[in-house]
Formats: sequence, C-alpha cells, structure tokens
Amino acid sequence: MQFVKASTFEEWRTVCRGLLARHVPPSGVVFGDTDRSPSLFDATDDSEALPPPADSKSPVVFRIPKSFLQAAERIACHTAPDRWERLYRTLWRMTHGEPRLLEVTTDDDVHRLVMMEKAVRRDAHKMKAFVRFRKVESPEGEHFVAWHRPEFRIVRLTAPFFARRFPSMCWTILTPSESVHWDLQQLNYGPGAAASEAPQGDELEDLWKTYYGSIFNPARIKLKMMTQEMPTRHWPTLPETDIIPDLLADAPRRVAEMIARQEGFATSAADFLPQTLTFDALRAAAAGCKGCDLHEHATQTVFGEGPVDSGLMLIGEQPGDQEDLVGRPFVGPAGKILDEALAKVGISRDRIYVTNSVKHFKYNLSGKRRLHSNPDVREVTACKPWVEAEIELVQPQVIVCLGATAARQIIGPEFRVTKHRAVPQKTRHCENTIGTWHPSAILRQPSQTRRNEMLLELASDLRLAAQLTGFGE
Amino acid sequence: MDGTTTDEWPPKKKQLTMSQDVQTKLKILADAAKYDASCASSGSKGTRQGSKLGSTEGMGICHSYTPDGRCVSLLKILMTNYCIYDCQYCVNRVSSDTPRARFTTDEIVDLTIQFYQRNYIEGLFLSSGIIQSPDYTMEQMNLVAMTLRTKHRFGGYIHLKSIPGASDDLLADAGRWADRLSVNVELPTAGDLQQLAPEKKEPEITHAMGTIKGRIDEFKTEKKAGFKVPKFAPAGQSTQMIVGATPTPDLEILQTASSLYNNHDLRRVYYSAYSPIPHADARLPGKSPPLVREHRLYQADWLLRFYGFDANELVAEADRNLSLDVDPKLAWALAHREYFPVDVNLAPREELLRIPGIGAKSVARILKIRQHHALQVADLKKLRVAWKRTAHFVVTADHNPGLKKLDDLHLKQQFVQQPRQLTLFDAHASAKSGEV
Ligand code: SF4
Repeated sequence: MQFVKASTFEEWRTVCRGLLARHVPPSGVVFGDTDRSPSLFDATDDSEALPPPADSKSPVVFRIPKSFLQAAERIACHTAPDRWERLYRTLWRMTHGEPRLLEVTTDDDVHRLVMMEKAVRRDAHKMKAFVRFRKVESPEGEHFVAWHRPEFRIVRLTAPFFARRFPSMCWTILTPSESVHWDLQQLNYGPGAAASEAPQGDELEDLWKTYYGSIFNPARIKLKMMTQEMPTRHWPTLPETDIIPDLLADAPRRVAEMIARQEGFATSAADFLPQTLTFDALRAAAAGCKGCDLHEHATQTVFGEGPVDSGLMLIGEQPGDQEDLVGRPFVGPAGKILDEALAKVGISRDRIYVTNSVKHFKYNLSGKRRLHSNPDVREVTACKPWVEAEIELVQPQVIVCLGATAARQIIGPEFRVTKHRAVPQKTRHCENTIGTWHPSAILRQPSQTRRNEMLLELASDLRLAAQLTGFGE
Repeated sequence: MDGTTTDEWPPKKKQLTMSQDVQTKLKILADAAKYDASCASSGSKGTRQGSKLGSTEGMGICHSYTPDGRCVSLLKILMTNYCIYDCQYCVNRVSSDTPRARFTTDEIVDLTIQFYQRNYIEGLFLSSGIIQSPDYTMEQMNLVAMTLRTKHRFGGYIHLKSIPGASDDLLADAGRWADRLSVNVELPTAGDLQQLAPEKKEPEITHAMGTIKGRIDEFKTEKKAGFKVPKFAPAGQSTQMIVGATPTPDLEILQTASSLYNNHDLRRVYYSAYSPIPHADARLPGKSPPLVREHRLYQADWLLRFYGFDANELVAEADRNLSLDVDPKLAWALAHREYFPVDVNLAPREELLRIPGIGAKSVARILKIRQHHALQVADLKKLRVAWKRTAHFVVTADHNPGLKKLDDLHLKQQFVQQPRQLTLFDAHASAKSGEV
C-alpha cells in the first residue's frame, strides 16, 4: 500500500501515469489532498518506493478517451475526498478489460464521477452567471473587480471564459481560496481574498435594480424554484437580491392594480349594439350610447343616413357644432364643401350613405363658443363598432374615408392623406376603400389656390368612387 | 446622455452616469417588455471575430432570476412603447393610457455595454412598439444593433424582434447584426389575429418569417460552398404566441407550432399565457394567467420536436385541449395502454421515447448501457427517471408490472396531483429540460 499526494489535476495525471506504468492496482494506492493532515503512509511518498516498471522494454500504451480526461479535469476541482481514487479506479478498469466502461453510466464508479462532474459544472456555470463586477476608477484607468464564493476550486476552470468574454477590460475575480487577474494580456492567478477586500458598490447597481424590479411580473410569483436556480449562498454578492423582499411585499398591490385598471377601458359602443341589424335598430340604439365620455356633453348622437342599398359610403370624422344641434351629418360649413364637390361630379347626396367615425360632437368651450376638438384614439376605438355595424348593413362596394381619422380607423394606422390619397385599397371592410381630404381641411386651408386644388382633388376622388360603384351607368 | 460620449468605448476620462431620465425610461420600457416569454440567449455557435467585449458560447447563461421564477439573461426592453397599432391584448396599444417613453439609440447602447461589463447580462433583446411605420421602426432598431457591433465591437448576444411589414432589405440588415430574429405570430390563428389585432396581418408575419428563413438558408449554402459570407442570425429565429386570450384550443395552437417548425425552421416557439394587463380591453379574460395550460403546451411542444409525436396524437380530448391533470406524454400513454409495457432491454429508441417519465437523455444512456448488461430497476433509478410514473409502463430484467395494473381504470388517478397554481418557472424549466 502506498500513499500519493494529488491536489491538482496535473499532479494526479502525472502520478497516475507512473502508477499505471508500474501496474499498481487501485487497491494498492491511497490518494490524499495536500491539505490533508499527514497520515501514516506519508513516509512512503517517494518514487523510490514505487515498484519499478514491469517491463521497460515493451512500454504499455494506454488509450484514454479525451472526454474522460476533460471530465477528470473538472472532477479534480471537486472537494470530495474520494475523487482521486474513483478517478484512478475508473482509469484502471478502463485500461484493464473494460474499455467502454464510461458508457455504463449506472456503474457505481462512473455514476459517482458523473455526479461529481455535474456538481462542478453547475458550480462553474453559476460562477459564469453570478460574478458581478464593480468598476473602480484609478489613475491607471478602469478596473473591474468581483468577489465570488464558489463551492469548489473552479477559478482556473472558469477564468479563460472570462478572458474570452472581457478581453479589453482589466478585471479581477476574488474568491476565498484563489484569485485571478486579467491584465489585457494574460491570466495571473493568486491567493484567496476576503469579501472586504473587494469594492463595495457600483454606480450601475441602482439602474440594474430598477431593471430587475420592472422586468418581474408580480402576477406570477414562484419563489421556491427561484432559489433552486439562484442558491441563497450567492445572494450576498448579487445586488438585485436586496430588493426581493420589497418586490414581494409590493406584488399583491401591483396585481390588484393591474386587474383594477383593466376596467379602465371596459366600455365601448360594443356594449350598446342592438340584437338585430337593421338601420332603425342601430340608429335607435346609438341614440343611447354611453360607450365613451363624449355623450355627456354633446346634444345628441349624430348617426349615419342615406339609402342602405347605396353601394357607396362616405365616412367623415365627427359631427361639428351644427350637426350636433340638427342631429344629421354634414349639414354645417364642411357639408357645404362636400356638396360642392359632389355637384362637380354630378351625384346627389341622397344617393350616398353618409356617416362619421365618431358619433358625438367633441368640443372645448371658449367663452360661449363651442370649438371643435379632435377625438382621441380611445374615442375613435370606442365608437368603431357603430361604423362597423353600418358597413355590415350597407355592404358598400366603395368606401370613401374623408380625412385621416376615418382613413386610419378603416384603412390602417399608417395612413397619411398626403401620401396615400386617391388610391383604392382593399381592406377587410370593403373591396375599394379610398382615403381623401376632409372638407374641413379644405376650409381651413388659408391659400385660395390650394383650396381650389384640394377641392378638385376631393371631387376627382369622389368621381373615381362613383365610377367604381357603377354610378351613372 | 449626449451622443458624443459613445465615440470610443470605454471613454477615457469622462465619467458616465446614467441620468434620472434613463432610470425612468428603463422602468417604463422594461415593464412593458415583461409580458414577453422568450428569454433564452442560446444557439449562437461562435463569438463574432474581433469582439472587444462579449462572447456567445453555446448554451446561454441566466444571470439572475426574478421572484416570478423567470430567468434574466438579456436586457429585455422596448425601444419605445408608443405604438400606432391597437392590438387588444397589448398594453402598448395606441388606445391604452399607459405611461409612454422612448429610448435614444445611445441610451440603449450604453445600457447594454455597461450592464454587460458588470456581467449582469448576456446581451440585448430589443423589441418596440411601432412608430411612424414598420420600416422606420425597424431602421431604428437596426441602428442600435449596428452601433453595438461596429462602434463598440460588441460580441454578446443580440435578439431583435422584427417588425412585421418591414421591408426585406431591413430584415436582411437586422440579420447581419443580430444573433436571433423573431417575428411574433402573436395569436395562434389568422382568425384570432383578425379579431384582436386586425392591423397585424397574418400574411405579413408569415412573409417576414419566410424571408428570414430564406436568408438563413442562403447563408448556410454559401458557407458550405466555401464562401466567406457575413453571419446571418446565427441563432436562428423564434416566435411567441399568446395563449388564452382567445378560445382557440391547444390542438390548433400546436398545429400552428408544428407548421412553424417544419416550414420555417423555427428554433423555438414560445407560449405566453395571457396575463391581465393594465387597461386591457373588456373582451379579454380578466383572470390570472392560465399557467398550467402554458406549461402543458411547452411539454407538448417538446414532444413534437424531440420525441416524434404528432400534434393530433397528443391532443385527443374531445375539447381539443391538452389534459391539465397529467402531462401530455402520460396522457398519451394512458390512452394507449395496448402499447405497454415496453421492455427497456429490447425496445427500439422510438418506443423508449414514449415511456412516461423517461427523457431523451436517459433513453440515449439506456441504449448504451444495455450493450453491457441488462438494465434493472436500480439502473433506471440511478438515471433519475420518474420511477413512480415509469414503473407502470416498463419491463426491466427484474421488474414486470403485469397487464393487470395497466388495465386498471383508476390508474390515472394515481398520477393526478393536487391542483396547484403553476408558475411560469415550471414552464420555463420544462421548456429547457423537456423531461416529461
Ligand atoms: S362617441 Fe361613439 S362611443 Fe362615444 S358615446 Fe358617442 S356614440 Fe358612443
């Protein structure tokens, strides 16, 4: 029986070469770490005592799978006292009649080694994940320092990874038993260090905590599995773990708020649609719509009008001051412009179904005057079910959207009148949907020439629509 | 942060501190990203040459875990949560009154670099609300990725969420800088999309995926032919589907997933249980997310990809949903008892893969071990199979459950656990390991 010291993979490997060459069976050797207290066998620790090579004339060549040596290198980092003899015994068995031993993963020796390797791999993986650098400014430049507490002696195993990852950064990783420093050229290993020797904070940590707190979804808490993946031994070096208690304490409130605020947009015109789809039913139901706040200040709902078998539908934006009082679409100044354009094309208004994207007048009071104000997206969305119901009823061959609000509601949010005017598009509502100027835009135009131009353009778009509908045939 | 500070990295003198403004934006734009299930940073094989900071080596690393059990691997943020679209399931839709913010290119670049230098993250996962137009939005996102790669020689992971409707050229550009591209299918069927996100059109989404696949294939062929070609999305493409926002059953969800795997070579389909979002439309369910269902979908997805199962086989229930009581493999086994018991010492690989409780890794080991000796129960236990489940379905050298037990109508009862609320973590873990 002989005792050999092995504290690193390299030492073990050298020793094992000699042992194998001398045919020393696993039962004939005891391995020990250097840091183990000297044992009875220590006296025999010199190579003289090893049996001489059995037959120096025909040296035995052993073929050891590379994968085994790579695994052994990792297992060497483990702290279990039986690792060296397991490794040697496995080596012996592989070279003495069981060359495919490693495939038998349920063999006691192999299984134990696999478990040890797994533990080291996991520890190395956690080191790659949980090392947290803190930046230190010094006259020589920036330096990134981390303190980490691995379970095993894995600094040499993982340091090359950090060198590949942070090649142009000066960094140091301290652990209780060893340390490593990268100077932009090479890795230098040194002794262990206490946590107090590392810098105590970093300017980025608050920002990181902000991120951590925000990316967490309070509706799905599961702590147990979290600690399984992020063992509490590492928590002291992870800045974000500081705020976990706060996040947990605040979670019920955040969830309650998420659910409560869900009601924020609960109502829309959809809640007021009638059972049957007829013009009278729709019109009557719309009169009582409270799908958004606009009904509160407006006089009445201004619903669409015109023959439901028209084939051509015009959609404007929203009733104005006069429409609100009269209760019919396009009766004010904008209506006059529309009529003018229609006259140029030679179609009368009563052949067309005319309506608006939003059915209630929205305004700001300025003294006694009610000034039109644009509907916001929520109002347009809330009101959309009415227009959709009208389209379903009318089944138009052509829809003309007057202005951007209607065009975005019906054609799509990317619609720009200046860019996409006059081109019929297929939408899910209708084969031919055309976007064009809103008559009010023409009214607001300060230049008379431009106003005339726009009016002609509106007329030309209406002419196209009429042709596509088959009007005038 | 002003634009001049990023000209060289790290800056020589000037101390970079993030402004209060960035902190506020981060809060809003990370919060808005928390509903996205995809998080992995794996799949890129080699680190980009000439990188000054960052590497991608095989398996991704989770740098932290949040109390919801999810892994933090990437800086997952939105470029902006302004959006011109009005998708009903989405907190960023135009009609929601959520607080809005927009990062500048430099702010995202700086955050990524600085977080990376501390080893907080593996890289960046950037998505965005759609502003102005799909092209404009994609351009801005590409600019972030390009700045990271060229100005800072950043070699870490970049995942860009492509904008459906963006031009092919912009997608091509995105693939140059990103490790992974994803286009979210969002909802499992075209009908669901029509209902809740009419502005996102199914053909546009499929077209974007097809374009990306085409580019990836092209890259591979050219590389094989020996040409030196720039990388194109080396970690492939993935997608996300929201589950439970519409009544679409699991079978259709899995069929969509299968066709994405087969036709578009997707690396991953992520399933995200619809969770209540602030200001949600009243049409959507206001309950807590269907996490068990999400978990079952991940398990079933794994069976599709690695176990040779077909969606139709897995979903046999009348309502065309996966069973919530037991995992899909066990459900299949219980419905096909004539197939069992399977002899671990004789059965071919495909049959071993169908045994409940035995994962693909264990199957590979069993095939090797049995060349040396006949497996016994102790072997299986050492392989860490889920013996309680497996016991009823296997024959080993020293164990035969007998047909009587298998015929027992109450067999299923033994496996049904007390119902408990699952969290995404379980789903995430099983998505990673898939051992079912
Ligand atoms: S504007 Fe439209 S949705 Fe709002 S109350 Fe009036 S009709 Fe209803």
